[in-house]
Amino acid sequence: MLSQQLLNGITLGATYALIALGYTMVYGIIQLINFAHGEIYMVGAFVGVLMVSVFQQGLLVSLVAAMLACMIMGVTIERIAYRPLRRSTRLAPLISAIGVSIFLQTLMTKIKGPQPVAFPPVINDALYKLGPVEISKVQIIILIVASLLMAGLHFIVKYVKIGKAMRAASEDYDTAALMGINVNRVISFTFAIGSALAAAGGVLVGIYFNSVSPFMGVLAGLKAFCAAVLGGIGSIPGAMLGGLFLGVAETLGVAGGFDLYKDAIAFTLLIIVLLFRPTGLLGRPIQRKV
Amino acid sequence: MLKVEDVHVYYGAIHAIKGISLEVPQGQIVTLIGANGAGKTSTLNTICGLIKPKSGRITFEGKDITGMATPEIVKMGLTQVPEGRRIFANMPVYENLELGAFLNKNKKEVAEAMENVYTRFPRLRERKNQLAGSLSGGEQQMLAMGRALMSKPRLLLLDEPSMGLSPILVKEIFSIIKELNEQGTTILLVEQNAKMALSIAHRGYVVETGRIVLAGDAKELLESPEVKRAYLGG
Repeated sequence: MLSQQLLNGITLGATYALIALGYTMVYGIIQLINFAHGEIYMVGAFVGVLMVSVFQQGLLVSLVAAMLACMIMGVTIERIAYRPLRRSTRLAPLISAIGVSIFLQTLMTKIKGPQPVAFPPVINDALYKLGPVEISKVQIIILIVASLLMAGLHFIVKYVKIGKAMRAASEDYDTAALMGINVNRVISFTFAIGSALAAAGGVLVGIYFNSVSPFMGVLAGLKAFCAAVLGGIGSIPGAMLGGLFLGVAETLGVAGGFDLYKDAIAFTLLIIVLLFRPTGLLGRPIQRKV
Repeated sequence: MLKVEDVHVYYGAIHAIKGISLEVPQGQIVTLIGANGAGKTSTLNTICGLIKPKSGRITFEGKDITGMATPEIVKMGLTQVPEGRRIFANMPVYENLELGAFLNKNKKEVAEAMENVYTRFPRLRERKNQLAGSLSGGEQQMLAMGRALMSKPRLLLLDEPSMGLSPILVKEIFSIIKELNEQGTTILLVEQNAKMALSIAHRGYVVETGRIVLAGDAKELLESPEVKRAYLGG
């Protein structure tokens, strides 16, 4: 029973982690909470639906298409809505992000209507027994895809040149420029990667819960944001850990009889963790520059 | 090599640099001295393209670089070691150095440049896998300089390399600066430690509240009564 719930929690948490990574990477570089990130996730899910239903594509092609579409969207949003506000107060891009978020929700409602739609059948789900736990094919796919994407991200950030540039820019923007790093390009790249991960999350969640709606990004985005803060905003391993932690806590909470409070669990946890560790689980202590 | 002509910089309504002009001839060490808040760092950052001047002209090897993006300027062979060192504290020493050669795609050249830096600063080799933030102040200054050297700059801007270092380390850093210059790197040195700076420089400029108030041969400035009174405590 417990191991079953843990497995379900990890699956859910993996999707939170995919979304949380986008929040944390963008924040790490430009100190912006990208409130439109949940909507990128939502659009990703819809692109997945479109690819499967209209273009009759399989899971892999649909997933890649959703990721590519959202990459372009994420980069475009940054160019139009955030970059012109780079040197203004910190509040301005934040408000701009909320504007983008409302715009995308409304646009999608206009196109697809406000009702949730079912994700068209793309895989024949099956249940496998692994000792005491049952795992579905969808769960296996979610776990594999999420692990591969996170491993890929880790590799890029750690070993690839643009990933090193990302880390440098997130530590010190101006000094990164002094190294010859084109910081604007690094920011675009960050938005591209973060958006692609969110899109993958959107497609996977759409399949998992068999439901896609223009408003699915609101709560998922908020929870993933909690996961990012919980793990320590700006920290990539923190976002992964925060997402998993949140998914497991939520699932165990529901199994423990708090199903009416399902959505409150994330926020309660956030408050408790921040009380004891204001910088999150893996966050760095705040350094004040003298 | 570098020519700054009548540059004005504003921070909002504050007129921080009020028409600075200076020149750095090839092969020399030129120093910019002055008190805190005089506009020395702003001048360097304007040269590097981190701040856009309101008016004025900056040319590097005859090319106009006014308002150019920083990476483009770095590509031309002009690098800055920023004030307070600004090393990437959460990255190991070797990654800091790698980033210094970010624009160089030739892996062999980068490896050679790194070897040169390690030879010049053996302490960095000993600590190459350590996080840069765990280095001592002097080691961090060496790392910041090593990182800048990775791009093989023809003109090196140094912003207060002596800040926060013990006298013996200051001496060491200055002898390295002199050595670099003798090996062919032109240097623009910003310092509060006027005596040290003037003792190794060829030319000097004295900045006060955003203006150049005195300019001349470094030896002469060292002897000039105004400089002595204001900066050398004599």
